[in-house]
Amino acid sequence: MKGTEAFQELIPLIEDEPVVHANGFICRESFALKDREANFYMIGSMGLASSIGLGVALCKPDKKVIIIDGDGNVLMAMGTLAMIAAEAPKNLIHVVIDNEVYESTGSQRSLSNKVKLEEVARSTGYKNVLRVEKKEEIKAAFLKLKDSEGPNFLLIKVEPGFDPATGRVTHTPEEITDRFMQAIG
Amino acid sequence: MVVSVISKIGKGLNVSSLTSQSFIERLIQEDYKFFTGVPCSLLSGLIYELEDQNQNQKEEIRYIPSVREDAAVGLCVGAYLAGTMPVLLMQNSGLGYCLNAFTSLNLIYKIPALVIMSWRGKAGKDAPEHIIMGDIDQELLKTAGMEYSILSEENCEEVLKKAKQKICEEKLPYTLIVEKGLFDERH
Repeated sequence: MKGTEAFQELIPLIEDEPVVHANGFICRESFALKDREANFYMIGSMGLASSIGLGVALCKPDKKVIIIDGDGNVLMAMGTLAMIAAEAPKNLIHVVIDNEVYESTGSQRSLSNKVKLEEVARSTGYKNVLRVEKKEEIKAAFLKLKDSEGPNFLLIKVEPGFDPATGRVTHTPEEITDRFMQAIG
Repeated sequence: MVVSVISKIGKGLNVSSLTSQSFIERLIQEDYKFFTGVPCSLLSGLIYELEDQNQNQKEEIRYIPSVREDAAVGLCVGAYLAGTMPVLLMQNSGLGYCLNAFTSLNLIYKIPALVIMSWRGKAGKDAPEHIIMGDIDQELLKTAGMEYSILSEENCEEVLKKAKQKICEEKLPYTLIVEKGLFDERH
């Protein structure tokens, strides 16, 4: 499955949950498919979507919080997986779109073709960990994780194939902050 | 203790009144409720007090150990977005790790935090690994356009007010630099 197809499956499953998006094509795919006020789009600060999502989840325990991350981001901030597992917020779902490359900079290889990120998450102590490779599996896996106490981890293996014509997030960073804060109250 | 701290505010804190405990209680009073960071011995008394608050659940505050200073910045950003005022505690050695997060996240998204940064390597008197950062940390903050104050017993109230104004009105991080000896060290 292509990354775009993963987003086409995943995004319609999101209801009113705050979603923190990693930088790069993760933001752009999600923005292009469906822009939402409760979407926090990162335009830089690679590696920090996971810690931002953890902060939101800890301070909003009554809301399910979703992180949409990439393999390069997770590898950069592997220690944050330990922080998530140690704090163990029940309301956190960490989704990783794993294409095994740094696609937005020219598809240089990452390490996730050799290192299984879902195994890293499992061994740090995430409660439920699932890995899917077919788009037909995404819905059931995501809904199962959404209904189970977290922190939960969903790894979606995809092929590279991001369309560079996909638009960039058009909101200013300040607008992203303001609307996200208003949306999650 | 909270009552006694409040009673001192009007008069200004005197030399003997600024302790790890009184400072943490003062921060809580200022509505800072989310604390995270990477430890430094110069901040060990403060972190001990935070863990104590955690255990006793005196207030709805928490201290989350972070594995890296930039992850602590991320955590603070998440807390702020969720409506809780965050504090980041770190050694100045962590400033290098944080600069990208400050410049590509906090400063452009207008997401504030109170940063409490210890000053290792002051005046070239410290272990070798601290000397260069001890010399340039304030220049780095200035270059990034991040305001700071060197915290002292005398200026505590004044700089907390300044920090609050920067954070609440301009939505920018504000750094308090902590020198050795300002707070007790607990090992």
